[in-house]
Amino acid sequence: MLTFLQVAAGRIKNMLEVVNLSCIREDTVLFSDLSFTVSAGEMIQIEGPNGVGKTSLLRLLAGLSSPADGHILWQHIDTLEDRENYHQDLLYLGHLPGVKAELTAFENLFFYHAMHAPVAKDKIWEALAQVGLAGYEDQLACHLSAGQQRRIALARLWLSEQKLWILDEPFTAIDKSGVKVLESLFLAHADKGGSVVLTTHQDLQFSAGRLRKITLTRQHLTEY
Amino acid sequence: MWKWLHPYAKPEKSYNLAGKMLPWFALFSAISLTIGMVWGFVFAPADYQQGDSFRIIYLHVPAASLSMGAYLSMAIAAFIGLVWQLKMADMAVAAIAPIGAVFTAIALFTGAVWGKPMWGAWWVWDARLTSELILLFLYLGVIAIYGAFSDKLLAGRAAGILALVGVINLPVIHYSVEWWNTLHQKATISKFDKPSMDTDMLWPLLINLLGFGLLFGTLTLMRFRNELITRESHRPWVKKLFIEDK
Amino acid sequence: MFAVFMQVIKRELITAFRRKSDILNPLWFFIIVITLFPLGIGPEPNLLLRIAPGVIWVAALLSALLSMERLFRDDFLDGSLEQLMLTNTPLGVIVTAKVVAHWLLTGVPILLVSPLLAVFLSLDANTFTATFITLLLGTPVLSFVGAIGVALTVGLRKGGVLLSLLILPLFIPVLIFATSAIDAASFGVSYAGPVAILGAMLAASVTLSPFAIAASLRVSLS
Repeated sequence: MLTFLQVAAGRIKNMLEVVNLSCIREDTVLFSDLSFTVSAGEMIQIEGPNGVGKTSLLRLLAGLSSPADGHILWQHIDTLEDRENYHQDLLYLGHLPGVKAELTAFENLFFYHAMHAPVAKDKIWEALAQVGLAGYEDQLACHLSAGQQRRIALARLWLSEQKLWILDEPFTAIDKSGVKVLESLFLAHADKGGSVVLTTHQDLQFSAGRLRKITLTRQHLTEY
Repeated sequence: MWKWLHPYAKPEKSYNLAGKMLPWFALFSAISLTIGMVWGFVFAPADYQQGDSFRIIYLHVPAASLSMGAYLSMAIAAFIGLVWQLKMADMAVAAIAPIGAVFTAIALFTGAVWGKPMWGAWWVWDARLTSELILLFLYLGVIAIYGAFSDKLLAGRAAGILALVGVINLPVIHYSVEWWNTLHQKATISKFDKPSMDTDMLWPLLINLLGFGLLFGTLTLMRFRNELITRESHRPWVKKLFIEDK
Repeated sequence: MFAVFMQVIKRELITAFRRKSDILNPLWFFIIVITLFPLGIGPEPNLLLRIAPGVIWVAALLSALLSMERLFRDDFLDGSLEQLMLTNTPLGVIVTAKVVAHWLLTGVPILLVSPLLAVFLSLDANTFTATFITLLLGTPVLSFVGAIGVALTVGLRKGGVLLSLLILPLFIPVLIFATSAIDAASFGVSYAGPVAILGAMLAASVTLSPFAIAASLRVSLS
């Protein structure tokens, strides 16, 4: 009973609230007055045509850029006011993998975690094996293919303790079986009370009701 | 501070306020510049040493002091913009930078013109002139970084950061140049060392200083208003403004 | 927080040692520029001693400029910069670590080759000591102040030339005080004054510039 209450309390607490968010890029209004919440355990796909502002939205959510208007709250606190606390709970994966060419697969993962949340070395070996990079651990990333570099970045997900995952096109350069594995990983993360916000052009095979979609439409509004 | 500023954080209000202030600034700057220039260039007595060539101080001194003052006001605007996240203040930075640069250029040019009869050379590595030259570089840096960003919101913020870094550096630069100057050119006489100015010469200078200050205000208000409506051109209030004008 | 600081430095050093040209080329450039002056002006020792302070420091400024871009550019292009901005460590700490690593990779090599300069420009022992001290105190200032300019221009496609326009004027005080210290030493006078001011500039740039660098990066990456 107690654990149930704790989980329930966690669900209410670990919530990402987006309030009246507006984004202007070079005098173009990408979206305005966007509001939604991401509760614990939810998976959300942001969809819409190219250039509609999906990546801009995810970068705003991650706190990489600041909105023209509106707020983003994590645990009811404005994310721009308490970045460090928010980033403790956040895993963001952008278009760029964030993998350094001069470091080996292992070192890449090791330093990423040394700066975010330290993990044991054998966990890192395990995670690299999970993404199919067993045997490539000591290869420099510049000698690996684009897909393999992407997998180094994705290996972070297996080690992640963060509650909120924001993933921009996580399936780029990933083959079909890899997509399947990732899907089950997302599901497991959500079942543990984590949340996932992602963009993708893939059709995801989740059972009905598990994946919520938020559609951004091109704004013909010139005013806001 | 914030409470006082907050109403003007609305672009429309600041646009209108700037519009109301503009004619007064323009009027008084025109009046004081006319009086100051005519008095200075025609009626003020000639200098017993430099003759009529000293009269260029009526341009040089106000331009030089305004070039510094403009940088300071730009930095204050940048500070407000960064601390209170006020994009209006960033626009003010962008509005002031070119004006300041022009004042600096005027100060440099008149300094060189004055230097020719005084030192016999167009350019002498005098501490003040060198500081002005570096100040011009700093202004050009702010203008360049503002131009380099295509997103003007970010451009304003970047220019603001650079202006603040510059204003912290400015006293250091000024002091270091003075130091360097005394080290290398012990013989040069600073041109403002004269103990006192005749009041007949001083009054027109003060009036010109006031006039240049008001001129700076006028130009800043104009550029600020332009910056504002360009950046806010997609807002309804700007559209309404232009429809009403027609 | 200190552990993260050390990890960033370690990562930077490993990355740089795997691409040695990044460290060696600016150093190489520094030495070549200094060789050019005796060739252009003439080998007379007194003349060389007279121009040595200016030559050394202008060469140091230019080579600092050359190496400056790699401070954030590579990390920006491969996306690791945005990951560094999303840690629970304050950004100011991380950029300080990066700048310290940058100084270890570019400033320290210049210090190491400085005895060579003494030979090239016929500096006496006292002048060389002064040169070494000014380089020791001055090059970290270049790294810290220059990092602001890099952070401002890293997102721009053609940031290179703009970078030099932005930061070279800011380097002028370092140039003036460093060269006047070396000058004083070559005349056999005490050079404690300008060195103390260089020290003050170092302290100020270490404490203030991380804020400016962090703010600039936030602008550049949004």
